[in-house]
Amino acid sequence: MEAFKIHEGLVAPLDRNNVDTDAIIPKQFLKSIKRSGFGPNAFDEWRYMDHGEPGMDNARRPLNPNFVLNQERYRGASILLTRANFGCGSSREHAPWALLDYGFKAILAESFADIFHNNCFKNGILPVVVPKAELDALFGLVEHCPGYALAIDLPAQSIRRPDGHVVHFDVDPFRKECLVNGWDDIGLTLRHADKIREYEARRRVRHPYYFS
Amino acid sequence: MEAQTLYEKLWSSHVVHQESDGTALIYIDRHLVHEVTSPQAFEGLRLAGRKPWRTSSIVATADHNTPTDHWDRGIQDPVSRQQVETLDANIRASGALAYFPFKDVRQGIVHVIGPENGATLPGMTVVCGDSHTSTHGAFGCLAHGIGTSEVEHVLATQCLLQKKSKTMLIRVDGRLGKGVGAKDVALAIIGHIGTAGGTGHAIEFGGEVIRSLSMEGRMTVCNMAIEAGARMGFVAVDDITVEYLRGRPFAPGGEHWDKAVDYWRTLHSDEGARFDKVIELRGERIVPQVTWGTSPEMVTGIDSRVPDPVAEKDPVRREGMERALQYMGLAPNTPIEAVRIDKVFIGSCTNSRIEDLRQAAAVVRGRRKADNVRLALVVPGSGLVKRQAEAEGLDAIFTNAGFEWREPGCSMCLAMNADRLEPGERCASTSNRNFEGRQGAGGRTHLVSPAMAAAAAIAGRFADVREIL
Ligand code: SF4
Repeated sequence: MEAFKIHEGLVAPLDRNNVDTDAIIPKQFLKSIKRSGFGPNAFDEWRYMDHGEPGMDNARRPLNPNFVLNQERYRGASILLTRANFGCGSSREHAPWALLDYGFKAILAESFADIFHNNCFKNGILPVVVPKAELDALFGLVEHCPGYALAIDLPAQSIRRPDGHVVHFDVDPFRKECLVNGWDDIGLTLRHADKIREYEARRRVRHPYYFS
Repeated sequence: MEAQTLYEKLWSSHVVHQESDGTALIYIDRHLVHEVTSPQAFEGLRLAGRKPWRTSSIVATADHNTPTDHWDRGIQDPVSRQQVETLDANIRASGALAYFPFKDVRQGIVHVIGPENGATLPGMTVVCGDSHTSTHGAFGCLAHGIGTSEVEHVLATQCLLQKKSKTMLIRVDGRLGKGVGAKDVALAIIGHIGTAGGTGHAIEFGGEVIRSLSMEGRMTVCNMAIEAGARMGFVAVDDITVEYLRGRPFAPGGEHWDKAVDYWRTLHSDEGARFDKVIELRGERIVPQVTWGTSPEMVTGIDSRVPDPVAEKDPVRREGMERALQYMGLAPNTPIEAVRIDKVFIGSCTNSRIEDLRQAAAVVRGRRKADNVRLALVVPGSGLVKRQAEAEGLDAIFTNAGFEWREPGCSMCLAMNADRLEPGERCASTSNRNFEGRQGAGGRTHLVSPAMAAAAAIAGRFADVREIL
């Protein structure tokens, strides 16, 4: 996993509540057995005028001019600004894979669905919970200032606006450490392999019926 | 000792190790695996040169991509077939407690086969790369969905890194009226607390109404905990739980049974245990529910009308309602009973068990589907449910009424196989998600109970099942 320290990037707005993982990556693309290549199909049903299927040449498909991410001014955006309960629905990790492959490194929202939030950290995307008033301000700024960019400093837990205004955010210390260092969870957990074995042996004695 | 919630009991009995910041290593007892969210995890494991930790924890099946008719022709879509074959290969290589591949008589939706085989037991931690793993919480266990990285993590370490959730008690007291069931309870709860209402919480469902539900009804309620924003929902163990499990293939037998039951009887919240949040609902007030929008919280009673966004003060919410109504092709203030449908889907891990099929069949018996209903699909949750239903003659009730009786699988719940809505088609569905495009691009989904789906199929529009029964 790629480490996340300080990231500065263009912001794109997606002004909706409850953006679900079916919208982020529709099910027909979940048939892939790979982790990569989902970017061109992120938000597929909103983004294109036609119906997408795996194997299509996405570069030749008609874009929906009304979908905000298709606007020229948001090309290359790496920070997604959105509303409440982002990532609700299915547990598909294809959703963060698609967002990452599209180019998003951070998502700012009023709240996130739990499983999606967790999946982001496992893939080097930083989900940041931003208070509603601050989000409202950011939506206004992004709309009125083409090229609007933010700098997100994970070690300092801050978002810096171009006007110098700084917003602090909370992040779980353990997840922060993993993300800042790009650590792989499995490696970390296996340092406790002895403890897992001890626990398992005790459990087998107390509750043998869970092991058959 | 301080009074504990069920969540605290289940949590503390699975902590392998805890960091000073509260991050804990939680042991996983049961790992359910299906074809969509596991290939990248097995591949990751192989690439890192790691072996699965304990394959006897694994129960696997293929359900999302499998067709529901013409099984003799195999899986036509090559991409789907490759995913199912990849699962076959991975499970053959690693081993498992049980594997129910495509066409096996015990194959079915992963959340149906776990409980019916007794592979889901009280006191366990149960995970699966699937958000509706919350279903298994009906058995008084900690059950929740995980992403593919976590599937790999559980394969490699038999553990997950987690922080304790907050706790929420949802009490539904009183009684349910005739024609009102577990699905209506689930939808009413979501309508009440919203799709983000349970975020960050583990929900315990309690109260007289929940206690009076069968295990299948409890599974329906827990299934939709995720739609209320909670990763997990569960119900305390009682006689109904224990009796359901007796004699199931992977349930303990002999002396282990008594020992297990003694322990399971402790799996309830203690008198006076404190929850971070308590929500209370009355069963009598719940009427048959129908969703009108593109989020499960956009729900109302069959006796109501499509809401008018004009009445909504919050601008983001109002816009969300307008967008939903536009997508759904509905005008504000239309009576729900006036909404005509094109298709009916009875199935999914929410409502494809034998009792669901019985409830639908009770409405359908001796009637015929309306002519404007192009397709009324009944998809049993598993091969065993299908057999049972056929033994009871339910299949004939459905087919005589013009319904289609299919092979088990996820089917039109998410339309990864050939069963789907065409753009603009309107469906009465017993599944759990009415998101845009969920049942097929442009398709319009209304979530209802099995009895209400059956009533809609007969009437050709939404109809109050209380008046039919
Ligand atoms: S039936 Fe639907 S919700 Fe349940 S596991 Fe299958 S796709 Fe997911």
